[in-house]
Amino acid sequence: MYTHLRLFLSIALVAATCIFSVPAHAEEPVQHKPDTVVDGINKAEQEIEHNLEHSEEKFDIGKMIMHHIADSHEWEFSHGVTLPLPVILYSADRGIEVFSSAKFNNEHHEYNGYHLIHGDSEVIKPVDESRTVYDFSITKNVASMLLSAVILILVFTSIGRSYQQNRGKAPKGFQSAMEVVILFIRDDVVKPNVGPKYEKYLPYLLTLFFFILINNILGLLPGSANLTGNIAVTMTLALLTFIVVHLNANGNYYKHLVSPPGVPLPLLIIMIPVEIVGVFMKPFSLMVRLFANMTAGHIILLSLFGLIFIFQSFAIAPVISLFALFLNFIEIMVAFIQAFIFTLLSSMYIGSAIEEHGHADHGH
Amino acid sequence: MLLQMLLQATEQSGAGLAVFGAAIGAGLAAIGAGLGIGKIGGSAVEGIARQPEAAGAIQTAMLIIAALIEAVALFAAVICLLISFKL
Repeated sequence: MYTHLRLFLSIALVAATCIFSVPAHAEEPVQHKPDTVVDGINKAEQEIEHNLEHSEEKFDIGKMIMHHIADSHEWEFSHGVTLPLPVILYSADRGIEVFSSAKFNNEHHEYNGYHLIHGDSEVIKPVDESRTVYDFSITKNVASMLLSAVILILVFTSIGRSYQQNRGKAPKGFQSAMEVVILFIRDDVVKPNVGPKYEKYLPYLLTLFFFILINNILGLLPGSANLTGNIAVTMTLALLTFIVVHLNANGNYYKHLVSPPGVPLPLLIIMIPVEIVGVFMKPFSLMVRLFANMTAGHIILLSLFGLIFIFQSFAIAPVISLFALFLNFIEIMVAFIQAFIFTLLSSMYIGSAIEEHGHADHGH
Repeated sequence: MLLQMLLQATEQSGAGLAVFGAAIGAGLAAIGAGLGIGKIGGSAVEGIARQPEAAGAIQTAMLIIAALIEAVALFAAVICLLISFKL
């Protein structure tokens, strides 16, 4: 069964690459009426102004940093090498529209009644303000997430298969490399923190760890998408932990929220709001911790490289490159640590939710 | 004297004061993180010096606590970033 899954996934990867080129055959835009002489002169004037604006641009480091950190409708691997990604829009009157984001490469970034607004983040807005349009596009972050999902599935199905084949024998090859990490997470993170019923939550926690790890590491490559630095992604991961904790929490957990053990009545009035805020603060801190660590790391690295362009001297480049190399090593360490901390805290929250009558501070 | 300077700055461009506040906030957050993690590091190294066999457990605990402290400092840094980009 696994061989067919790998074959299917490889074909899916190739097919996805081909599908990205299909939107090039999208519908033609609305026809404009023919230009008059006045229109022609106006256009020439606009073009001269436009060229003047773009010819002598001072290096804007804020814009450069935001461009590399924010999401985008095309994937820019380096200057000039961009992969236009499909734009998928849904509106009540026009239904689903799919076209390539390369269609927005004209003068005013406008196509078929939609504007592509280049701000701090790219937004697609309809020209007619009254329509509501839902943007389901495959943006840079979505494409990066699909890529890392495919990588994870390929890696772990191959490891699963080699575990089945090497049953009773010593692991070899890639399987033995991943075994160290998997056993570390199982024995040092999940088992002590979740408690005796850890096996039920092990798939979720292992997936969480490897998903965050591989996306953190992929984000460090040049020309990559900053996926775990997108607060929507980290919010989803924190929400998943919240759901897992609260679906599996037993009566003890909920009882302790409204009556923490060993607290006298006057203090209870303060303790109950604190406990309830704590329920929401824990996933919120998970979300902000991962987002801030990844985004701050990228911003620091980009600022360092931007320094070279601000000073505009060749002499400063080797110094900054050495410093940036050092920082990149720290970022790799932070990538591992953040994945580990997210998994550790998630397992601690799950453990405290499914804990049985263990505390000695009840009095019963 | 300082108040006079600040009042003049606010008169001419009020937005500059917000970014000034954000910069000071980020710096204070960095100081807080540095102090906290430094204290943890000091106690961890001291613990390892007293009992070298427990080095593994102490190192793990130190890394976890350092990451938690750093998270709080990064909350503050994110808010300062939001202020300076006026979101």
